[in-house]
Amino acid sequence: MEHVSKEFPGVKALDDMSLTVHEGEVHALVGENGAGKSTLIKILMGVFQMSSGSIYIEGERVDIRNPIDAAELGLSAVYQDITIASHLTVAENFFLGRLPKTVVGLVDWKTMYSDTQAVLDELNIHVDAAALVRTLSAAQQEMVLIAKKYFEHSKLIIFDEPTALLSNEEVKELFSIIRRLKQEGVASIYISHRLEELFELCDTVSVMKDGRLSAEMKISETDQDDLISKMVGRTVEDMYSISHAEPREEILKVEHLTRTNVFEDISFTLRRGEIFGIFGLVGSGRTEIVKALYGADRYDSGTIILEGREIVLRSPAQAIRHGIGLLPEDRKNEGLTLHTSVEHNINMASYREISTCGCINLKKERMRSMQQIDDMRIKTPSERQKVVNLSGGNQQKVVIGKWLCRNSSIFIFDEPTVGIDVGAKSEIYILLEKLLKEGNSIIMISSYLPEIMGIADRIMVIHEGRQMDTLVRGTYSEETLLKLASGIH
Amino acid sequence: MRKFMRRFQFAERNLLFILIALVVVLSISSDRFLSYNNVMNLLRQTSIIGVIAVGMTFVIISAGIDLSVGSMLAFSSILSAMMMKSGLPIPVAILLALAGGTAVGALMGVIIHNGRVPAFIATLGGMTIIRAAVMLISGANKISGLPKEFTSFAVAKFFGIPGMVVVWFLMIIIGLFIARYTIFGRNIYAIGSNEEAARLSGVKIDLTVYGIYAFCAFASSIAGILMTARLGSGVPTSGTGYELDVIAAVVVGGASLAGAVGSIWGTVLGTIIIATIRNGGNLLGINPFILDILVGSLIVFAVLFDQFNKKREKRS
Repeated sequence: MEHVSKEFPGVKALDDMSLTVHEGEVHALVGENGAGKSTLIKILMGVFQMSSGSIYIEGERVDIRNPIDAAELGLSAVYQDITIASHLTVAENFFLGRLPKTVVGLVDWKTMYSDTQAVLDELNIHVDAAALVRTLSAAQQEMVLIAKKYFEHSKLIIFDEPTALLSNEEVKELFSIIRRLKQEGVASIYISHRLEELFELCDTVSVMKDGRLSAEMKISETDQDDLISKMVGRTVEDMYSISHAEPREEILKVEHLTRTNVFEDISFTLRRGEIFGIFGLVGSGRTEIVKALYGADRYDSGTIILEGREIVLRSPAQAIRHGIGLLPEDRKNEGLTLHTSVEHNINMASYREISTCGCINLKKERMRSMQQIDDMRIKTPSERQKVVNLSGGNQQKVVIGKWLCRNSSIFIFDEPTVGIDVGAKSEIYILLEKLLKEGNSIIMISSYLPEIMGIADRIMVIHEGRQMDTLVRGTYSEETLLKLASGIH
Repeated sequence: MRKFMRRFQFAERNLLFILIALVVVLSISSDRFLSYNNVMNLLRQTSIIGVIAVGMTFVIISAGIDLSVGSMLAFSSILSAMMMKSGLPIPVAILLALAGGTAVGALMGVIIHNGRVPAFIATLGGMTIIRAAVMLISGANKISGLPKEFTSFAVAKFFGIPGMVVVWFLMIIIGLFIARYTIFGRNIYAIGSNEEAARLSGVKIDLTVYGIYAFCAFASSIAGILMTARLGSGVPTSGTGYELDVIAAVVVGGASLAGAVGSIWGTVLGTIIIATIRNGGNLLGINPFILDILVGSLIVFAVLFDQFNKKREKRS
């Protein structure tokens, strides 16, 4: 790829990015969240079109207009969420869309099974071609998927966080398969937040920063510290700093919160007027922790103390009564009922307060929604508009409005700025400031380092469900946070 | 007039135009169509379906389905007839039959929500079980010889409107009230749009789901009482196949089986449009099979039209 750029309205996601991958090479691609890795992959896979630049395969310039083009050119990707038809057999998945036929036009199962088994054996994958995919473990499914890509003669396979869901043993197996592919001349782009893996597996590493290639080197010429400093090393923009209120008394205390196999022994305190950050990699258990704290997921042991009194949270309704509000990571599937009105969404958590005997006071319902729309400057033609028609930033404001309307005092924000544009982001930061000034407290999850560093008063770092450390504002750098999140003290 | 129109949404406005067009065409081609007797007859004939459709609307808005409404009708019919015959006072017999039906509906809600059984399966099972139970307790015989005071309700009129139609109108008012003025009603839409988001906003999903199926069963039980009065006896096979007519009325009324979309006004219009096609066709002497083809096409067309609009909305 040469000089590839990609612009989204208001953002330059890729800026003159170049990358060269050789036959039989495992090429690591690292960078922070938001550095442009996924945009790059999506361009290669034909999901996005690049704004400018060119792509060459084996010296020939190619056009990738859609995912079918990408597949025909021998480019494929393995994502962490496995996309495979789980109710079919392994062999059927291999031949999906072009099942072999016998002379009379029936499905030729014999050829299908024997061809599939041959590929699986060649790659040393111990899976039966006739097995139903859903009976396989996550790791086996992933390997089946990789084998399928090999079977389809992919020349370049992109691995996007392939080890996120695997155990150490399974990671070893995965690596041996990737090495076999390498011997067969297949090139790989390997993306992982687990830096230690790169040194075990990869030949070359490219570091991306702010949509650009910031460094490219042989893996033998670098080490983890060097990589981390190359990944960050940017001036923190003003955008991510907000004025901090003086934190006051302790309001919430969490002690030894545990959910077996998900997170363990989580303890922290939250003060009034404070933003408490939680940082961790995808799959570290950060979302599960706040969901437990909200009563939406169960927890097995531990205590939650709110303003000096121990409380038990078994449902979101209970948490809401205690003044806790959640802005979920997945806005569209968890935060909003997209096909109902703005008014309905804003009032959803507080209908009880404006009703008598279950009957709603419509005037109050309308007034309360109008007030949030005005206060937060939600851009909507009317309070009756369906939320699905609003922009991402305005949708997010509706979710916040829901909790303001409910008079919540503890706000849990899980990735509040994902997928919204720069302008809306800064508006949301202003809202956060306002919330703090009014004496509320915020627990915020963000995987974007500049954001969480600029905004949080303290940051708790989670690695594989355990809390590594809690750092106070001013004592952390991107390096320390990333190291802690990768499990290095 | 304009203010009146604004209360209707886009889809409902279209339905209203269809209905007006139908009425105009039919009143021109048959001078009997708009007569008092025929209009009341039309409304009376469709009132039983109309009553159940109010309950079904909420089920469908919540992205559920209830196939047991026809059996539930028979259940309340037999229950009330048996109790009246055993000498219980009429109001007590009616109330007990309604309570029994509602309780079975709530139980169905428990199976659907707590047992995670898809509504289609749970109510399909319910439909079969309830019908069989009705056959068992009635010995598959109709129960006649009911008190005159009760059966006369079928021909009773209030200010010139048949009693059955009055009951239907009352059900519509209850439905409109629930949809517009109650937390329960708002929660039904929320669940239909996105159950997880509703749960995370503190909506009590369990109670709402029980309530939805209990209310639909309540509506079916009322329909059962009306049916008993009209037939003058409790008939164990009554209401067979009604679930499909009811679902048709709700779907023609603009509700989406995917949930969150639908309204009581839409359902009322859908019910009346289907009834008008049948009634008008009879007056004009059109073959009833042709009428069925028309009604079937209308159901498919209603959904096609909806999909077409959605696509257009997306593009703009």
